[in-house]
Amino acid sequence: MFIHKKLFIDNASISLTMQAQYIAFRRLCLSLSRLSALGTRKVSVEKMVFPGHITNFTNKLELKKPEENQAIPIYRVLDKEGVPVSEDVEPQLEKDYVLKAFRTMVLLNTMDRIMYESQRQGRISFYMTNYGEEACHIGSASALDKGDLIYGQYREAGVLLWRGLTLEEMMDQCYSNVGDCNKGRQMPVHYGSRELNFSTISSPLATQVPIAVGSAYSFKLARNGQVVACYFGEGAASEGDTFSGLNFAATLDCPIIFICRNNGYAISTPVHEQYRGDGVVARASALGMVGIRVDGNDLFAMYNATKAARQLCVSENRPVLIEAMTYRVGHHSTSDDSSAYRSIDEVSYWDKKDNPILRLRNYLFRQGWLNEESEKQMRTDCRKQVMGVFAQSEAKKKPNPALMFLDVYQQMPTRLKQQMNATKEHLARHGSNYPLSAYEKFDVSAF
Amino acid sequence: MSISRPVNVVQRALKICGAVQAAFCARRMSSQHFTYHPTEPMKDAGATEKMNLFQAVGNAMALTLENKPNSCVFGEDVGFGGVFRCSVGLRDKFGPSRVFNTPLSEQGIAGFAIGLASAGTIAIAEIQFADYIFPAFDQIVNEAAKFRYRSGSMFDCGRLTIRTPVGAVGHGGLYHSQSPEAFFAHAPGLKVVFPRGPIQAKGLLLSCVEEPDPCLFFEPKILYRLAQEDVPVGHYTIPLSKAEVLREGKDITLIAWGTQVHVLLDTAALAAEKLGVSCEVIDLRTILPWDEETVFDSVKKTGRCVIAHEAPLSSGFGAELAASIQENCFLNLEAPITRVAGHDTPFPHIYESFYLPDRFRCLDAIEKVINF
Repeated sequence: MFIHKKLFIDNASISLTMQAQYIAFRRLCLSLSRLSALGTRKVSVEKMVFPGHITNFTNKLELKKPEENQAIPIYRVLDKEGVPVSEDVEPQLEKDYVLKAFRTMVLLNTMDRIMYESQRQGRISFYMTNYGEEACHIGSASALDKGDLIYGQYREAGVLLWRGLTLEEMMDQCYSNVGDCNKGRQMPVHYGSRELNFSTISSPLATQVPIAVGSAYSFKLARNGQVVACYFGEGAASEGDTFSGLNFAATLDCPIIFICRNNGYAISTPVHEQYRGDGVVARASALGMVGIRVDGNDLFAMYNATKAARQLCVSENRPVLIEAMTYRVGHHSTSDDSSAYRSIDEVSYWDKKDNPILRLRNYLFRQGWLNEESEKQMRTDCRKQVMGVFAQSEAKKKPNPALMFLDVYQQMPTRLKQQMNATKEHLARHGSNYPLSAYEKFDVSAF
Repeated sequence: MSISRPVNVVQRALKICGAVQAAFCARRMSSQHFTYHPTEPMKDAGATEKMNLFQAVGNAMALTLENKPNSCVFGEDVGFGGVFRCSVGLRDKFGPSRVFNTPLSEQGIAGFAIGLASAGTIAIAEIQFADYIFPAFDQIVNEAAKFRYRSGSMFDCGRLTIRTPVGAVGHGGLYHSQSPEAFFAHAPGLKVVFPRGPIQAKGLLLSCVEEPDPCLFFEPKILYRLAQEDVPVGHYTIPLSKAEVLREGKDITLIAWGTQVHVLLDTAALAAEKLGVSCEVIDLRTILPWDEETVFDSVKKTGRCVIAHEAPLSSGFGAELAASIQENCFLNLEAPITRVAGHDTPFPHIYESFYLPDRFRCLDAIEKVINF
């Protein structure tokens, strides 16, 4: 609380300083022009006074080419063999944390494999895997505070798993059964949790970006010391909403961390057809925002970067953009066959040679925190756990169909009540034409 | 970063000249197509003050900012008072963290507002003209309207209200005249509200702010300065989804909202005088969810109905009303339900007086319906 109050005062005094600077510049320019009027040779120290800009004039005609800038480097702690890249950046993370992170990554991977197969067998309607992006999820999520609010795109299941969403809750959502947090209304993998401060996923891309910024502003007003984290892919970063969101965050000084998962593809579209600049992070400085590019396959790098970003957010109310470089090892979704637009060799490299789970495994082996046997045990446990929940979720009924009419508004309008009652009446007469046995009883008595 | 502040005052002042002129010029350049019919003074509402519509809106926002510490007012040029003066004085009184300018991006404003509301802040967002709400269409229709439903009520953005100036203003041309309510009336989850004057605007806006659902609030900009009433200075609300019968009659029901209510009140007087027809005039006030009971009761009584709106005829909200009335009042109807609306063209500049459903077009429709 105290820190925040201090911050507000600092902000106010900064803007006053800026105004004073501006007035000083006006005076400087005026005196310079007077000097030149007196016959003094005018030198090009004149500062420009266009609104909102302080910079020098130049007499050199120079078109700015982006390729003349150095590409922003990728921050990394472990190399792809799981060896720290230098002694200076030796990760100081505790064994328990690293083992838990590894286990969560393995668990996510196991769930992905089973749910993917389940869709292939027609047991659920749709699925999206997280292959290759597990470290990006867990590394960032574990650096956030539990009270921080998270907005995602759809490929962030690891974040939820780390936060404590149970396998049962996830599978219930995918099965749209009575346990589904969304009451069976959204497609699979559209998770959300009020309790865990994870705003429910929606399909329209990038809409969550300005929304997340609004929530961050709300936190700033409430001075609750929390930040907002907002995930999106590099494809979604092309949406107007992303630009608007980033710009609002910068101009309105919001405590928010943007985490862009740059995995090389938006469905079939490779990044060279998505943008021509230095990825997504290069846009941060253009908007006056702090940014960093991180190896998204490196758990430690993601953890460190997010931790530092959060620190800056909380202490200075400044947004930070993290571009996590990674690779989408799986298909875009179960409705996509990625071999139609990229080579098997390319995928195989990232799956076998530079894979976040493999990298952390190697690190754990080197540390002596994991061995062949304990790894095997962990994988068996994960599989058992997933299979147990899977069978339970599949067995549950779909919810009461009358839930279709609830929650459109807080109170159901008359017309909607009529439509609900008409549906009930229709089913009473024609119920045999509908899959009623898979659902709980059509019950309108509750509302 | 914020060094541009002093210069912005000049830019903003220039911008006022451009946009605020809209309201003034409307009266200078074209003859007004209606007489303003003030709302009856409210009983038991305490002290009142003469306010025009922009002042009533400003007053509602000031009361909200005053009474609800977790509320914000924002949008393009809102900080200095707004291009229509609705937020004058609010930033000075409540501080720049609660009353502020955003970057010029409607999708950003709408998204930002949803996020504020979802995190617990009462968000009153402004879109400078309803004509510019379309960049925010995705945020409003796919996000705001569905926020509660899709999350199984875990999350909602009920604390959100989006205000926007709407409707003909005399010379607004294509992009300062539109009435886009029907686009939003097709989005379950939204409440769409449309006041006809200052007393109504304040009471309905305060209802929108307090509603647990996201609301769109359309302010007829031609009335900002022109409409003056004795508005209660204290807090009061006017319920949503309730139409109001403004003039009782027995021969025909006339339905409108916003400025068009005044056109129909003019027309009702003309119809009584020239045709000896007794018109019942209804202000719908809330477009979504609308008040079926009041409308059906009236049409069942009169047996005839004319619906008028400024927006184009095809798929305008009149179509929804007409179809519903036909379905529910079929045995009472003595003549086809008739719609008088803007034409199915973009809103034209110099042809505005031929485009609008003015009192003469409405009177003509009444005559035909009565003689059917």
